[in-house]
Amino acid sequence: MAKATRVSFGEELVELGATHPELVVFDADLSKSTQSQHFAAKYPERFFEMGIQEHNMIGAAAGMALSGKKPFICSFSTFVVGRFEVIRMSIGYSEANVTVVGTHCGVAIGEDGYSQMALEDIALMRTLPNMTIIQPADDREAKAAVRFLADHQNPAFLRLTRQGLEDLHGDDYEFRFGKADLLRDGSDAVIFATGGVVYNALKAAEELESEGLSIRVVNIHTIAPLDADFVVQCAKETGRVITVEDHSIVGGLGGAVAEVLGERQPTLMKRIGMTEYGRSGTPEDLYVHFGLDREGVKRQVAAFLKG
Amino acid sequence: MDLTIPALQRSANEMRIDIIRMLHAAGSGHPGGSLSLIDILTVVFLRYIKRTKENALDPDRHRLVLSKGHGVPALYAVLARCGVIPHEDLITLRQVGSYLQGHPHNGSFAPVEASTGSLGQGLSMAQGMAMAAKLDKKPYKVYCVMGDGETQEGQAWEALLSAPHHKLDNLIVILDYNKGQIDGPTNEILNLEPLGDKLRAFNWDVQEIDGHDLAAIDAAVARAQAENGQPHFIIANTIKGKGVSFMEHPTEWHGKAPNAAETEAAIKELEALLN
Ligand SMILES: Cc1ncc(C[n+]2csc(CCOP(=O)(O)OP(=O)(O)O)c2C)c(N)n1
Ligand SMILES: [Mg+2]
Repeated sequence: MAKATRVSFGEELVELGATHPELVVFDADLSKSTQSQHFAAKYPERFFEMGIQEHNMIGAAAGMALSGKKPFICSFSTFVVGRFEVIRMSIGYSEANVTVVGTHCGVAIGEDGYSQMALEDIALMRTLPNMTIIQPADDREAKAAVRFLADHQNPAFLRLTRQGLEDLHGDDYEFRFGKADLLRDGSDAVIFATGGVVYNALKAAEELESEGLSIRVVNIHTIAPLDADFVVQCAKETGRVITVEDHSIVGGLGGAVAEVLGERQPTLMKRIGMTEYGRSGTPEDLYVHFGLDREGVKRQVAAFLKG
Repeated sequence: MDLTIPALQRSANEMRIDIIRMLHAAGSGHPGGSLSLIDILTVVFLRYIKRTKENALDPDRHRLVLSKGHGVPALYAVLARCGVIPHEDLITLRQVGSYLQGHPHNGSFAPVEASTGSLGQGLSMAQGMAMAAKLDKKPYKVYCVMGDGETQEGQAWEALLSAPHHKLDNLIVILDYNKGQIDGPTNEILNLEPLGDKLRAFNWDVQEIDGHDLAAIDAAVARAQAENGQPHFIIANTIKGKGVSFMEHPTEWHGKAPNAAETEAAIKELEALLN
């Protein structure tokens, strides 16, 4: 059943509370939405409700990290990563072992509109040299990523969805940090996708088979550090590269892949993602509007490959 | 338009019905903070800003920045009442083709003045508008409506420190002090008190009123027209969800739309207030 990665996060965080006494969790008046509420209920002494104060939450968590704790700080991604300069100094440059958990990423949040949508957060975080960035694409991957991050001694950013995601992986799935996740082989082109839109990209590729196109699909859960060698290899083997993300095409996965290929394996690319501000609408209407639904991805991929 | 207090009270309750209908049609949104806000907006827009379709973009117009942008159904309802939004457009709120965004976006609809929805930023923009008025020696007023949870934001306190320093006596802030945010009652999440004392220490002209007593709102806004070197801050004590008994709660109805049965029950209660 479709499950939001923020829900997976909330469940896994409670489990980790038992095994990780140094784990502390912060929220800024969104604990019901980010799902940190479950940790708050079970471990109230290790949960800090900061009120609507994202700057202060980032700084206080950094101080805790510099004092030996492992903070996870939670809010809508746009509000917490939006306080970028504080993250840059207090977490990044201070080498504070904080995991920034940004939920409600992308236009898929729907009706609330652009002010609550994170569309630039990956781009910002990618510029910090020591920032780990993970965006899981289903429940299993999200839980594995949370487990991984609890032991990860590094500033990190975990980007999560509001909307439910279909399962892409089975019980035997093994999350490999920093390694791309091949979902489907193909020889005419490769799609690199990340987060909530991986499923649509995979379905689009499957359906394009009948149009005579053999498309490889790769899930990029670790955006930083990027699995550059595998990206280059796929580009070499297929000759055409497409990226799909619910984020600006500037500086996100599309930007990251383009940077690597530009230097190591120049390849014709199509970046599918956001090129304008988001707006209000149902998540379904918005995905159709911005071409991030299965049909939209299919149409753009086909036009790119046949054009 | 009849602008007596009883007539305004009736208008406010009619707009409460508009708000419920809009949120039900949208299937999402924020009833609690819209219902607590509508009495304030009614008095300010109808008696002081005197908004009309004709003056909505006049460079000399009085302005209102809704810093707590999630209360925008109340703003759209009052702009419809002023003739700036065709009433039938209200139910397009939050739909993909609509100019009525889920949070104010001046690019989609200029009469909302500024884009808000990320809390804590509106007061700074209102401050800038007040500074521009001073620079150009224009007589317009700038109103800013904030939420109590919102007032926890650091940027809000930067503006609260800055506006009195710049002697912006053309700036009138109204706090929709409904005592609730999302995760709990405001005084439990991060207490603002003693708020009036803090603001007076920051050199604001502070008044505290019942934010659902339209005569009291009117009197406070009238007093706040004075230009004596201090910006004005009206602490309006309100009730989240005001007017619909089952929505009157500090958190329960912050961010969910009423279903069909709840909509019907709410409208029935509100219609009873009209008679
Ligand atoms: C910067 C920022 N952080 C978090 C949010 C999410 N949020 C929306 S409304 C809200 C609570 C606001 O409480 P308050 O200001 O008291 O508004 P009201 O009670 O009038 O609805 C929060 C935390 C936001 N919109 N902006
Ligand atoms: Mg409030």
